[in-house]
Amino acid sequence: MKRWLPWTIAGALLVALPFVYNAPYPLHIMVVILIWSFAYTSWSIMGRFGLVSLGHGGFMGIGAYVTALLWNHAGMSPWLSIPMALLASATIAILVAYPCFRFRITGHYFALVTLALSGIVLQVITATRDHTGGSLGYTPERHQGGSSIYALQFIDKETWYLIALGVWAAGIVIWYRVERSMMRYALEAISEDEDAAAAAGVHVTWEKLKVTVLSAMMTALAGALYCQYQMFISPDTVSGISISLQMVFAVVVGGIYVSLGPTIGAIITILLAEVLRISFGTAAVGYDNLVYGVLLVLFIIFLPKGILGGLMEARARPQAATAAQPKASRA
Amino acid sequence: MLAVTDLSKQFGGFTAVDRVSFTVGKGEILGLIGPNGSGKSTIFNMISGTLTPSGGAIAFEGREIGGLAPHRVTNRGIGRTFQIPRPFRRLSILDNVILAGFYGQGRHSKKAAQAAAEQALDLVGLPHDPHAKVDGLGAAGLKKLELAKALATAPKLLLADESLGGLDEHEMNQAADMLKRIRRETGITIIWVEHIMGVLMRVVDRVMVLDHGEKIAEGPPSHVARDPRVIEVYLGTDTQAADAAQTRIA
Repeated sequence: MKRWLPWTIAGALLVALPFVYNAPYPLHIMVVILIWSFAYTSWSIMGRFGLVSLGHGGFMGIGAYVTALLWNHAGMSPWLSIPMALLASATIAILVAYPCFRFRITGHYFALVTLALSGIVLQVITATRDHTGGSLGYTPERHQGGSSIYALQFIDKETWYLIALGVWAAGIVIWYRVERSMMRYALEAISEDEDAAAAAGVHVTWEKLKVTVLSAMMTALAGALYCQYQMFISPDTVSGISISLQMVFAVVVGGIYVSLGPTIGAIITILLAEVLRISFGTAAVGYDNLVYGVLLVLFIIFLPKGILGGLMEARARPQAATAAQPKASRA
Repeated sequence: MLAVTDLSKQFGGFTAVDRVSFTVGKGEILGLIGPNGSGKSTIFNMISGTLTPSGGAIAFEGREIGGLAPHRVTNRGIGRTFQIPRPFRRLSILDNVILAGFYGQGRHSKKAAQAAAEQALDLVGLPHDPHAKVDGLGAAGLKKLELAKALATAPKLLLADESLGGLDEHEMNQAADMLKRIRRETGITIIWVEHIMGVLMRVVDRVMVLDHGEKIAEGPPSHVARDPRVIEVYLGTDTQAADAAQTRIA
């Protein structure tokens, strides 16, 4: 019971926030952080098991574009088109990942295959510019009369904040569900030694495929939400290689093995991008990617568990040391 | 229980296993010996599904298992250990065995897996401490963990790629006694692969000797140890060494 108390208080504060403090710009930044936190959490659900995908920009793009295109061209409500987008993204995930897992393409090679997926989705969006607007971007049509639950469009930021908060919280819950499941045991084992995992009875391909599809669908949902919130999507902002790399960067910086690591990563990356944008304006376009790249290298070398992971480890270390003492003497 | 017929494996032009046939009866401990590169591990890997046979048949409880995926073989009831222990270092000792208990027995419940894991750890003599890390284990401890993982999958047939090299004499004897005890307490059938003859001969009911992928002898340990071909393969023509080995076995 006590364990839940801090979570409940934090949750209540987060829910209450927009009713107390609703200045548009900070609220906007919060919504963006929550949506990206969810996307990064989605990536980390498989990334933490050594399944480093550079294709998640592709899944995010599928989520955003399928939702927007079905709305504009078929008048389909996002309540229907988002599940379809998730299904599309799951299908693509299976098409790409199954052959990889079946033929044991792992590590760097898996990253490269998925990297191609990011590129392909970006190219498809650009090439079908008659329908998708290409690199100029795409805008879902505004529903007549502003806010509408049917169209999943809301004028006020408070509603969006609450939606994003709910989805983000669901992402964290899924993270914990995976953490406590037997699937985690299997995936940890697979990430170390696929043969030994198979000898223990683990269906290696199936376990990897499950987590990949879960992660891809969550990422597509993040893309769809981003689209509905921003009401403007372009290949550069929701798909492609740079978005995929940004996910890896944010998660590594925040902490890949901890539940709130991706969230910390999102806060840092988005605040960084905002600071650069505000202080340098258009002169700094692309600087954030440069900074990401340098920081990514530094983090992988000096703080591989990320900021939150590193902090938690530093806090746990003195306790673990004292706890290990009697055991060591017994051995 | 296990019937292997004309089992062969070629790697390119090299024949690692050449039409080997043998059977193992329920509750038996069969020793599989031979010098390095004689095909012991290849046979093991074909039975456990890691390698697909080039020819021949492997029937387990009357059903063909040759070419089946490794996890399916495990689920059919064949557990294996690896020659060099392959623990999952990111999981605790207990979780290593729980994993095997859960997935090896067809994913029923975590509770059942936990019970199976504790039983397996008891059998090999490792503690249940949920926080004990793999990194704290020495060579003998890692072999025990390897065995516990295989036992937790509730095998009817255990393929023990023991290879006691790296253990001292006392530890070797302990490991051998453990296999004997496991058979006594669980009734599991065991195939034990080894290239050191001495300890193995004390424990097994029957022994099969391989050389260059072919079976050169099979029978009770005392009989096989006197076989001139085995002596030649194993001990060269140095008769003094052969005599010494025989006295040790006896």
